[in-house]
Amino acid sequence: MTTTIDNPVMMPVTTVPVPTTTYLTPDGQLISSVPVGASYADNTHLEWGDPLVPGAVVLDEQVAPRASWSGVVRAGQVLTIVDVGGNQSGDCLLYNAHHTDERYSAQDTLAWQDNAYIRTGTVLRSNLGRALMTVVENEIDRQDTIGGACSRESNTLRYGHHVMYHHGCRENFLTEGAKHGLGMRDIVSNINWFMNVPVEEDGALGIVDGMSAPGKRVALRAEIDTLVLISNCPQMNNPCNDFNPTPLRMIVSEPDTDLEYEADS
Amino acid sequence: MLKEDWVALAADHSTDTVLNARADARAQGGQVSDWMPYLPASSSPFCPDDVAPDSLTWAETVAPGGYTHKVLARGTRLRLEDPTGEACAHTLVYNALEPTERLNVADTQKIPWQAYLGAGHPLLSGDGRVLATILTDTSGRHDAFCGTSTAAWNALRYGTALPEGPAPAGRDLFVKAAAKHGLGPADVPPSVSFFQGVRVASDGSFEWFGSSGAGTAVELVAELPLIVLIANVPHPRDPRPEYVVGPLRVHAWRTPETFPTTPADERFDASPEVRRAYLNTLDYAEARGL
Repeated sequence: MTTTIDNPVMMPVTTVPVPTTTYLTPDGQLISSVPVGASYADNTHLEWGDPLVPGAVVLDEQVAPRASWSGVVRAGQVLTIVDVGGNQSGDCLLYNAHHTDERYSAQDTLAWQDNAYIRTGTVLRSNLGRALMTVVENEIDRQDTIGGACSRESNTLRYGHHVMYHHGCRENFLTEGAKHGLGMRDIVSNINWFMNVPVEEDGALGIVDGMSAPGKRVALRAEIDTLVLISNCPQMNNPCNDFNPTPLRMIVSEPDTDLEYEADS
Repeated sequence: MLKEDWVALAADHSTDTVLNARADARAQGGQVSDWMPYLPASSSPFCPDDVAPDSLTWAETVAPGGYTHKVLARGTRLRLEDPTGEACAHTLVYNALEPTERLNVADTQKIPWQAYLGAGHPLLSGDGRVLATILTDTSGRHDAFCGTSTAAWNALRYGTALPEGPAPAGRDLFVKAAAKHGLGPADVPPSVSFFQGVRVASDGSFEWFGSSGAGTAVELVAELPLIVLIANVPHPRDPRPEYVVGPLRVHAWRTPETFPTTPADERFDASPEVRRAYLNTLDYAEARGL
């Protein structure tokens, strides 16, 4: 069956000559015509923060704007994620580090706690209902796990086919997941740290201006050895990063043994 | 079953030789139960009034705590009915040609800017396409937040989650249904459920809406060839201490008039987002020669 669709003819866009941009690379400068996405403006205020829990730091890494990251947080260790530039969505997926068929389940997390938002004390559960991590500290009113990840494909629905070339979080998850043997079928509904997705009374739902700020943090205690994938969201078509992609800081701590968390009470 | 009933049942059968056992087995055919598939589908005792029995391609009553699954051709209509007001149809759909394309609950809620499922709502894949569209809905009580139950949840709620027992978990049923299409446990993503609803209160807590009563139905159209998996188990937030779920009726049919959504349909242009989703779906189907 061939379908004829009355689609308005788009205005052709001609760009001659091909624009080029200068990029800083580890080896100097590169001139490129690749239309990579935006990075934060020069005058952006950055707060690099500190670990949210006292203890020995075992890993401390930065995630550049638009980039992906992964790491294993051992049972008992605490991962602090710092929203360095403010309102920067850190799209996040979790897996049992030893058996990745067991992975984060947004639906089980929400059904068990009987609430649609992630807050201090939320247990991040797997598709088997088990605790993967617990939100032991959190400096944002509520965190999102409804809004999912952006992708090249879903961007065509949300904004139009002219943005299909933009980089997206699903691309980052595929890049990072491939390092751990994970593929398309392993990408499920994720968490969006520092992103704001309210559900209104009539069911209206969407990504709105964030409630975070430079230096705001969340801390996650691993209940089992957990593989964490992060996409530092490159989206430039909605407020999930204030239209100004900034870095994230990932700090893994071995917390002091006598530490008591309010989240556990 | 009580022991004496089992002894009585055995006494009804003469199975001491192969010929007797064969005769005994063959004598059991032609019976009906309350939950069964109807073959051919046109023989369904519950064919919807507005559907020609000869057009049916799937007719089944799914048992409480049961599951079913089918591959449906593009353009097929699928009607799920809740005859008692107690069914809960946890549902997953996959592109049958490339099952890595499957229901994406986050996109299904986010892209239409609407968390609650109802008539006109697309079931979107993660690949920017519509797998199925909800055409009609007389229930209005559905859910895309909570998913289905796990064995851990049922063990907590009901004290047992054995798959052969009285409180099977929806995820375990999905895993089996998926396996029968070559899919593994990692291929069971977040799901949606029909006929038992929740609503989100201003503080984020879920308010139990439950069922809107006996005799409601939802009808969907397959926008691509689909693998459909259905687990009929209680909603995980069903507040009752008992494990209560009713039978689910399933009918699917295809006629020369049952097209997938085309630009001639009003729903094609219902929103700019869904229009582009249908454009992507038609683009895929036509390139693939469907």
